[in-house]
Amino acid sequence: MSFLTNYFSTIYTSVRSLLKGMWKTGYYFTHHKEIITQNYPENRDSLNLPERFRGEVVMTHNEENEHRCTGCTACELACPNGTIKIVTKFDITPEGKKKKALDTFVYHLELCTMCNLCVEACPTGAIKMDQAFEHSVYDRRLLTKKLNRPDSKLMEGVE
Amino acid sequence: MLSIAEIANSLQQWLMATFSPGWATLIEFVLVGTLVLSFFAFLGLVLVFMERKVSAYMQLRVGPNRVGFRGTAQTLADTIKLVVKEGLTPDGADKFLFNFAPFLVLITSMLLMAPIAFAKDFQIWDINIGVLYISAVSSISVIGVLMAGWSSNNKYSLLGAMRSGAQIVSYELSAGLAIMSVVILVGSLSLNDIIASQQNGWWIFKGHIPVIISFVIYIIAVTAETNRAPFDLAEAESELTAGFHTEYSGMKFALFFLAEYVNIFIVCAIGATLFLGGWMPLHIGSWEGFNHIMDFIPSSVWFMGKTFFLIFVIMWFRWTFPRLRIDQLLNLEWKYLLPISLFNLLLVTFIALMGWHF
Repeated sequence: MSFLTNYFSTIYTSVRSLLKGMWKTGYYFTHHKEIITQNYPENRDSLNLPERFRGEVVMTHNEENEHRCTGCTACELACPNGTIKIVTKFDITPEGKKKKALDTFVYHLELCTMCNLCVEACPTGAIKMDQAFEHSVYDRRLLTKKLNRPDSKLMEGVE
Repeated sequence: MLSIAEIANSLQQWLMATFSPGWATLIEFVLVGTLVLSFFAFLGLVLVFMERKVSAYMQLRVGPNRVGFRGTAQTLADTIKLVVKEGLTPDGADKFLFNFAPFLVLITSMLLMAPIAFAKDFQIWDINIGVLYISAVSSISVIGVLMAGWSSNNKYSLLGAMRSGAQIVSYELSAGLAIMSVVILVGSLSLNDIIASQQNGWWIFKGHIPVIISFVIYIIAVTAETNRAPFDLAEAESELTAGFHTEYSGMKFALFFLAEYVNIFIVCAIGATLFLGGWMPLHIGSWEGFNHIMDFIPSSVWFMGKTFFLIFVIMWFRWTFPRLRIDQLLNLEWKYLLPISLFNLLLVTFIALMGWHF
């Protein structure tokens, strides 16, 4: 007899779980307020991007035009597809010593997959992910960006 | 009140009065053929749009909403794209079979349109074995599918076609047995008799639990027969690209696509005819006033409403359930649906013998 009870309990549980699924999709079908997609070009001003959305890599600067990048190239090493290229220079410290510093932070947006590994690799928190996503241009060269602003300096106390 | 049947009758009388009987019949043939073809086009446009909207709302999306008023012209735009596209025939393909297969599938769907009663006294061909005709002709479409799969000279196409064949052949059984239960209760194979017997209530209400069970089995079996998710192994995208129509493009692909949707319409129309009373309005026993109000709604509206409700249910299945594996698919048929429907048929026969139905 046990195979019979097994047989019918299988039917019961499967029908029950299928109906449960249909209840859920039926609920979504009748509740249009829960729709999560947005009509993009129309709602450009009131766009509601999720917190974790990643659009491009940017370097943070403070009011005195100072950044936190020491030019250690940890991000360049972490990048899986060669998106980042760091050009360093040697600064002369007040004591007369030579010190390695950032000259140009080259960022190839057209190669970037927004994997966030560079941001995680950065020891000083100099770069972060921004949410801007309207990157389309007619010239590929415009996508090669220089992330540190002109005449920007390393922030005091960041090693 | 002006009904579709009256329009058809007056047209028939006018044709008979104006032309000789032979010519009048020929003109009627052409008219009916044109009507069926335009109905196909209409169905394709409406059902694809409906499918996309239903799926979108079930997945918390908006769906097509750019072309035309709220996206209604989207399918028209897609159709124009498909018509304009090149219909490629692969080099290694069996040219004749490859080009013939989509037409065979579509012709099968056209044949199935014949005995369906669209409204009161409005039917292309009133035959006394309508149900038998439908279950016989509907299995021809598997030949078209196998043809397409074989002639494409592509492993995915062949695998998809073989799966589709196994599936249609096995699910035909339980669909047939589910249809049989209503045929036993009515005692006639004619679709008109079946509809007439539901004057005082639809079979799904009159036939107690056994008919409800056979209705559920029918819906499951025809979902499998039309190769739709969760039974869409024949064209499982993740495994077989597109199954039997991998190599098809342009209008030949569109014919397969159209045939799929027309087949859904047909099986739902038959389900509505057998279990939900076809064009018969909702009548409840002896509530004269209620029955009279229901009679005011045109019969074609009743038929279309029921059919589209069933189509919606099948779409609901598609966008809720995950796809079955081939062994699960055959298990479901041979271990569950077939024994249950056989036992159910016995119950229905008993009920019919004892006259326990209303």
